[in-house]
Amino acid sequence: MDIPYTVEERPDTGLFNAKLGVWLFLASEVMLFGGLFSAYIFLRYGAPVGAFHEWGQELNIPLATLNTLILISSSVTMVMSWASLKLNDFKKYKLYMGLTLLCALGFLIIKYIEYTAKFDHHIYPSTNTFYAIYFTLTGLHGLHIIGGMIVLFYFWIPGSKMWDSKPEQFTNRIEIAGLYWHFVDLVWIFLFPVLYLL
Amino acid sequence: MSSGHSTADIQSHIKVYMTVFAALAALTIITVAASYLDLSTGEGILLALTIASVKGSLVASYFMHLISERALITWILMLTAGFFFVLMFIPMASFIDQAQVG
Amino acid sequence: MDSHNHHEEPFYRKYIWSTDHKIIGLQYGITSLIFLLIGFSLMMIMRWQLAYPESAVPLVGSIFGEDGMLLPEIYNSLGAMHGTIMIFLGIVPLAVGAFGNYIVPLQIGAPDMAFPKINAASYWCYFVGGVVMMSSFFTAEGAARSGWTSYPPLADIEVGQTMWLIGMIFLITSSLLGSINFITTIIQLRAPGLTWMRLPFFVWAQFVTSFLLVLAFPPLEAAAVLQLMDRVAGTSFFLPSGLVVSGEVLGVSGGGSPLLWQHLFWFLAHPEVYVLILPAMGIIAEVIANNTRKPLWGYNSLVFAVVFLGFMSFIVWAHHMFITGMGTAMSAFFQTTTMIISIPSIIILSAFFISLWGASIRFNTPMLFALAFLPMFGIGGLTGLPLGFAAADIYLHDTYYVIGHFHYVVAPGTIFGLFAGIYYWYPKITGRKMSELLGKLHFWPSLIFMNGVFMPMFIQGLAGVSRRLWDGGLEYAHASGVLHWNEFMSISAWLLGLAQLPFIFNIFYSLKRGEKVDKNPWGATTLEWTAPSPPLPHVNFEKIPEVHRVAYEYSVPGRKRDFTPQTEPKKG
Repeated sequence: MDIPYTVEERPDTGLFNAKLGVWLFLASEVMLFGGLFSAYIFLRYGAPVGAFHEWGQELNIPLATLNTLILISSSVTMVMSWASLKLNDFKKYKLYMGLTLLCALGFLIIKYIEYTAKFDHHIYPSTNTFYAIYFTLTGLHGLHIIGGMIVLFYFWIPGSKMWDSKPEQFTNRIEIAGLYWHFVDLVWIFLFPVLYLL
Repeated sequence: MSSGHSTADIQSHIKVYMTVFAALAALTIITVAASYLDLSTGEGILLALTIASVKGSLVASYFMHLISERALITWILMLTAGFFFVLMFIPMASFIDQAQVG
Repeated sequence: MDSHNHHEEPFYRKYIWSTDHKIIGLQYGITSLIFLLIGFSLMMIMRWQLAYPESAVPLVGSIFGEDGMLLPEIYNSLGAMHGTIMIFLGIVPLAVGAFGNYIVPLQIGAPDMAFPKINAASYWCYFVGGVVMMSSFFTAEGAARSGWTSYPPLADIEVGQTMWLIGMIFLITSSLLGSINFITTIIQLRAPGLTWMRLPFFVWAQFVTSFLLVLAFPPLEAAAVLQLMDRVAGTSFFLPSGLVVSGEVLGVSGGGSPLLWQHLFWFLAHPEVYVLILPAMGIIAEVIANNTRKPLWGYNSLVFAVVFLGFMSFIVWAHHMFITGMGTAMSAFFQTTTMIISIPSIIILSAFFISLWGASIRFNTPMLFALAFLPMFGIGGLTGLPLGFAAADIYLHDTYYVIGHFHYVVAPGTIFGLFAGIYYWYPKITGRKMSELLGKLHFWPSLIFMNGVFMPMFIQGLAGVSRRLWDGGLEYAHASGVLHWNEFMSISAWLLGLAQLPFIFNIFYSLKRGEKVDKNPWGATTLEWTAPSPPLPHVNFEKIPEVHRVAYEYSVPGRKRDFTPQTEPKKG
């Protein structure tokens, strides 16, 4: 006996299991980053007036802006890869998923450049509370990117065989992975102004 | 999968995705440009967070399909949002309350 | 229809890397019972030091050095790890991981959990977290010694804390995976006809508990990451500027705040209290309805109360922080919410009491534990009220009164509930009943000695004895009048330990010698009793049941039997 509603939707909720599951996971992620944003507010309020703004001047806004655009693009290619599956176009799916991974890689490389530039200027998490929360937030976000990349890579090459046997379930999986990926993008949309611009 | 996702539907979705992409890119440029304006700290924070919220809701509504998602998901997210704001503001409120005592 | 794949499964697939919710439930159950025993043993060692300060600990003293004395730093480790093990490795995994996993899918008529592989991952995360926690005893630094609450700045600079934090991250991940699974399962996999208001109360309790875990645990995970950064990367999230340690100013940037930790910690840890108690209340509801042979009184109000309780539990946390210098406005807010949250607890407890009225009660072992739960939890709850008022809390904070209060909630409260659950569902798991005689030998001494341990704590606490003293307060004049209770409490604790032997023996003895029973030995109405005992591997039911009734149709006038299973179709 199979577990019901893994692929088809339960009539009264209109959802299949994994979709509900991933939204609950994202809810917990909201609270995880919520805890860190709360720490940010708490520390900023506790710091001398204007100190957080001043400490943040060292950050590289052009690079971060570029990174924001890259991550937004990866969200678009992600949703396009799902739409391609919906249109039964597996080749396009492969293309868009590859582009998504490429964007993610680009994001990490730029992040790496930013980090090393900071270390070269002897700026570390221990420098002050602003850099403490900056490195923690961006580091944790970066880990989320890496985790997402592993999953997306799996669906790009090894896991994509499922398309031949269970296309509907595979499309669902891409939708679920996409929800996570857009969430990671969404977190960055808030991290960017909070850390770099304020 | 959800009913009503015909080929034509998807193709009209794709147009929406492209529009949203353009809006997100434009808002990113605007928020960076605005940070160079001579605003007070409060105004700056308000403007930046407003733009971020607009961008965030665009991503959530269209890329994550929240605009047409089932009520159950919306309820769970509203509950989460409620507790998120509790987590944001109550520690800060007690911090301020404390500062006045000290 | 029938499962075709479970015959060929080799041992390790069936019992180790299993994805069957029943096996995972048993894995959780066995592991957490062992941890409960370990956590309890740590406390029994600490009680020696409190009863007979600075004398060699018998039996195990040689572990602590040549003279066999319990040094203050070891005492602190034992205290911190007692709390951590009991809460995060013992009760939560037993109440949620074991009972939730085994019973919830059965009670909602599902073949398994919604995500069986994630379920297995949840158990193994828990296992790794447990191993990390336990192995910290054997590292050069030793185990954490900053209390289970891990308050900085102490926890930021004291040894042993890093392992604790890594262990916690695994445990939190495990809880998150588990609770996402529970919520999805309860929403998606309910059997046909099992509407929300037909759910057994136990399922409701697990449902609310899972929401608390999903939304309250991540901020602690965030806090654990921050504390880890403080320890490993030299940040100052929780360290204020100019902090002096051992006469020297600490060489960190400063600018952080210890209060930040307290907010993030208690944002989890207060809902956590309800994570500990709600599943036990759920079990008590099942046992009471079954053994009073009456419908649960006020089922609807119970459901609304438990949902409201879950909601409120997110906005009461700072009542743990009244003495941190919080202003009157915030204190007033948190006092108010704390008083409000006592209302649903009282509704639940009252509904249970009223359910007893006019019933012909069957006094079997599960019911005895359930009956004892009511006044014991009542004492725990009522003694919490003074702690919810800032004025009284300023005096009582960090005294043994607090220890007495929350142990009444958790030990004779939750743990009695869990015992009731084990006796009640053992026949479903094994097909045999546990021995009633041994059960009573377990129950009565447990009840007496539980009170022997915890009641005097109120006396000591009201006298102002601090909860954290290695010598129990010998050096303080105000404590001298109440210190003689220490020996009494310690002897009670050791006897309480002895009283668990019949229980442990009973588990193994009844496996082979217990009375063989059919699939519904208690004459119960809920769905788990329509499955074979033990339920079929991977699929539970011969066929997915269909539900036609509310959860507790006991002693309906005019019916032949005094119970009507939920699966029985309504006539005409």
